[in-house]
Amino acid sequence: MANLFEHMGMEKERLQFSWISSAEAGKFVNVATEVANSVEALGPIDKFVKKID
Amino acid sequence: MDSLTQKIRELASSILKEGTVDMVMGFAEGTLPMTSKPYMARTPEQADKFIWDSSCTMNLANYITGRKEKIGVIAKGCDSRNIVNHIVENKISRDQLYIIGVPCSGMTDKNRPDHLRDNCLTCTHKNPVIYDVLAAELIEEQKIEAPFADVKAIEAMEPNAKWSYFQDLLKNCIRCYACRNACPLCYCPKCFVDESGPQWVGKGQNETDIQTFHFLRAFHCAGRCTDCGACESACPMDIHVRAFTRKLNKDALDLFGWEAGLDMTKRPPLDTFNPDDPDDFIK
Repeated sequence: MANLFEHMGMEKERLQFSWISSAEAGKFVNVATEVANSVEALGPIDKFVKKID
Repeated sequence: MDSLTQKIRELASSILKEGTVDMVMGFAEGTLPMTSKPYMARTPEQADKFIWDSSCTMNLANYITGRKEKIGVIAKGCDSRNIVNHIVENKISRDQLYIIGVPCSGMTDKNRPDHLRDNCLTCTHKNPVIYDVLAAELIEEQKIEAPFADVKAIEAMEPNAKWSYFQDLLKNCIRCYACRNACPLCYCPKCFVDESGPQWVGKGQNETDIQTFHFLRAFHCAGRCTDCGACESACPMDIHVRAFTRKLNKDALDLFGWEAGLDMTKRPPLDTFNPDDPDDFIK
């Protein structure tokens, strides 16, 4: 799905996958920070956004 | 009348006469010149309506879904692959079917009758993969050097260029859902776009809703699409809807070595787990 998403022009950083056990608090923090940072670097999304006037 | 049409009529009428099947699905002449329509013959006399020419673009596997009768079906390469899909997905049983295989040399583009359709140009399964009887000799399959050149061209684009490509591609969509209705894979009793509680996607002409429909419809075909081109042939607005499913077909081949509808004994890749499945997308 990520591949098709990217194929349509979404930046691949916007859809990320991870497997984290409930015991892996450290990994969760790292992944969440990484995801937040990479999305923040891309800025707000303008594709696939429904505009309602 | 050409010999293939003659042969198909003979085979169809003989199995109807013998009572091997309750009906035969094939193509009859359409209402406009150089068009065809799916036709179901229930008597040997009706079998005389069958035709076979390069306008038989629809996929007959679409019409066997969930039927209870014994059915004879005329199948070109792609139809036969979709019949295999249907059997694998328990939409019909093999015992119910009598398949009249027709080796296919390609169907023509409805807008350019002197050209083959795009998907026929890159087709490597012209011969039916399952059949009970053949209407003609098997033909040689073509070898394609770069089967996914079109997908690679899009993959090479920048994200914004890709997005404008797809925006442009879908700008004429009128949401008639002809692509969905012509598709043998789209047999859900209720499609997600028709659902109103919950309503997954808006029903109007909003650009984002149209994109969502095409994106999700394509994804439902992942690992199942045989590139039969029925969606494109049915589209009244000439939208290249295969641009989505082609990418999924390429991924299925690259990631899982999978081409849909070739083997009744194998489960589709998205339906099984294998420890060797690629997992580098998971952090």
